[in-house]
Amino acid sequence: MKKGFLEIAVKDIRRNKILYLLSIPIILWYLIFCYRPMVGVLMAFQNFNPVKGILGSQWVGMKHFVDFFTGIYAWRTIRNTLALSLLDLIFNFPAPIIFALMLNEVKNRYFKKTVQTISYMPYFISMVVMCGIIVDFTSAGGIISTLVANLTGTASQNLLGDPACFRPIYIISNIWQGLGYGSIIYIAALAGVDQELYEAATIDGAGRWKQTLHITIPSISSTIIIMLILKMGSMLSVGSEKVLLLYSPSTYETSDIISTYVYRMGFESYNYGFSTAVGLFNSVVNTIFLLTTNYFAGKYSETSLF
Amino acid sequence: MAMVEKKSLSRKVFQFFNIILMVLIAFVCFIPIWHVLMASVSDPGLVDRSNGLILTPLGSFSLNGYRYVLSYKNVWIGYRNTLVYVVAQCLITGVLTVIAGYILSRKRFRFRKVLMGIITFTMLFNGGMIPTYMVVRDLHMLDTRWAMLIPSALNVFFIIIMRTSIQEIPDSLEESATIDGAGELTVMFKIILPLVKATFAVILLFIAVAKWNEWFPALLYLSDNDLYPLQMFLRDILIKQTDFTSSSDALDSTQLYKVLVKYCVIVVSTLPVLCIYPFVQKYFVTGVMIGSVKG
Repeated sequence: MKKGFLEIAVKDIRRNKILYLLSIPIILWYLIFCYRPMVGVLMAFQNFNPVKGILGSQWVGMKHFVDFFTGIYAWRTIRNTLALSLLDLIFNFPAPIIFALMLNEVKNRYFKKTVQTISYMPYFISMVVMCGIIVDFTSAGGIISTLVANLTGTASQNLLGDPACFRPIYIISNIWQGLGYGSIIYIAALAGVDQELYEAATIDGAGRWKQTLHITIPSISSTIIIMLILKMGSMLSVGSEKVLLLYSPSTYETSDIISTYVYRMGFESYNYGFSTAVGLFNSVVNTIFLLTTNYFAGKYSETSLF
Repeated sequence: MAMVEKKSLSRKVFQFFNIILMVLIAFVCFIPIWHVLMASVSDPGLVDRSNGLILTPLGSFSLNGYRYVLSYKNVWIGYRNTLVYVVAQCLITGVLTVIAGYILSRKRFRFRKVLMGIITFTMLFNGGMIPTYMVVRDLHMLDTRWAMLIPSALNVFFIIIMRTSIQEIPDSLEESATIDGAGELTVMFKIILPLVKATFAVILLFIAVAKWNEWFPALLYLSDNDLYPLQMFLRDILIKQTDFTSSSDALDSTQLYKVLVKYCVIVVSTLPVLCIYPFVQKYFVTGVMIGSVKG
């Protein structure tokens, strides 16, 4: 049996020599940049010293994990990460779907196309510029600060410095940036719905609302589920770059998330082992989220990723 | 009959409000960018005092803010580096993605399932920030251009998009080319690649836009100003609001234009992308489709 396998392998390599040669750089890249860091997570169990490396550093067992979970920052960062992820899921996930459904009701093709094109625009603004605009608009005397001040009857102040405002700013700006682009996939799926279904429904006396409920939404539900799985899989990893650009010590109470904490511990305090431990916790939770959603999606709707 | 008329009336009301809402959404998407553009050509003193939307240039139209920004050396350094990174990343990732997609779609290649497994597993779990940083460090890539290019050389989604696209090409094409004596590389680049050029263009587009807007790897891996991409300088100006000028030439007249600097750098860095995307949007629509429906 083993010999048979070897024979087949040798024959295959001889026949597809160049394919095997070409696969070498791909495999090497994955080994070095994806699998070696997976081995590197061992430093979560060490007092890692970059000079000594993983083999030479002192092993400390679960110390970093115990330190993290008994420390004051564990609850704060986990809570903030979950809050931002959940708010993002609740507001930012349905928004493009609703936008696509409403745009789908517009008859005029040119108007539809124009709205669509304009709505993509914010997506192409870089994260840094996006956050720069946020900083400008929400600083004391900025457009949004002034608007908020007029509505609440208070003096215009720097909203980004207020812990209570961080989450709304984060979520609303996410919707602004992702609404149009996120709707692309749904608009495309809607364009593929069989028009005869609507004609049949109209003959049967179903109104537009009933048609939407019983034809339109079911026909894009598999797209919605796939997008939901992808979203759930990245639940605890979203937005670290954005938070890193927008937060400040005065708002850590609501803005400091796991990944920004990992960044600070690693690159500002050089506490590599501890930082890796917190990052590992984050990755593991993410993986569990992804697998669980995928399992339920596969079980109840026959749509899954793996 | 009455029923039908009533229905069409409510339909009309819905249509009316729907259109209003769509116009509003388009307006909200567009107006912050327009505000920045108009502020950048306004009178700096008036911009400083204004706290509302700027829909037309305040005071007299002037390009002094731009003159001021373009005299700043780091903007040019950033532009040059970003262009280098965009072009190099398109080349590296483009070629590797075609190779990976081609290999993974050859049914005669028995190792392909194992390889696909190796690749898809990385979607499930990754080592994280610090272990990846250590790898880049051990390879002595820190503070070199390679740190911006090699760790981001491959992307699972691009590979899957490419593979799916190549799989749709009938095997008979490759067979007849092989009979005519074409080698593996000839088949890949001369026969297969031209047939998936739309997908290839989409992938290059995604790489280019992502690279243009990228800043985080630079924060992690680079400390040399001369290697920074434009976005890193933007971060200094827009977020950290570090002083733009060397103190020596901070006369009152130039000091005045400081207010405009943030608006001008936004325009200078964002306009190229905003001018291009409307013309290529039909490509990214197909790209998003292939990526998520068949992935």
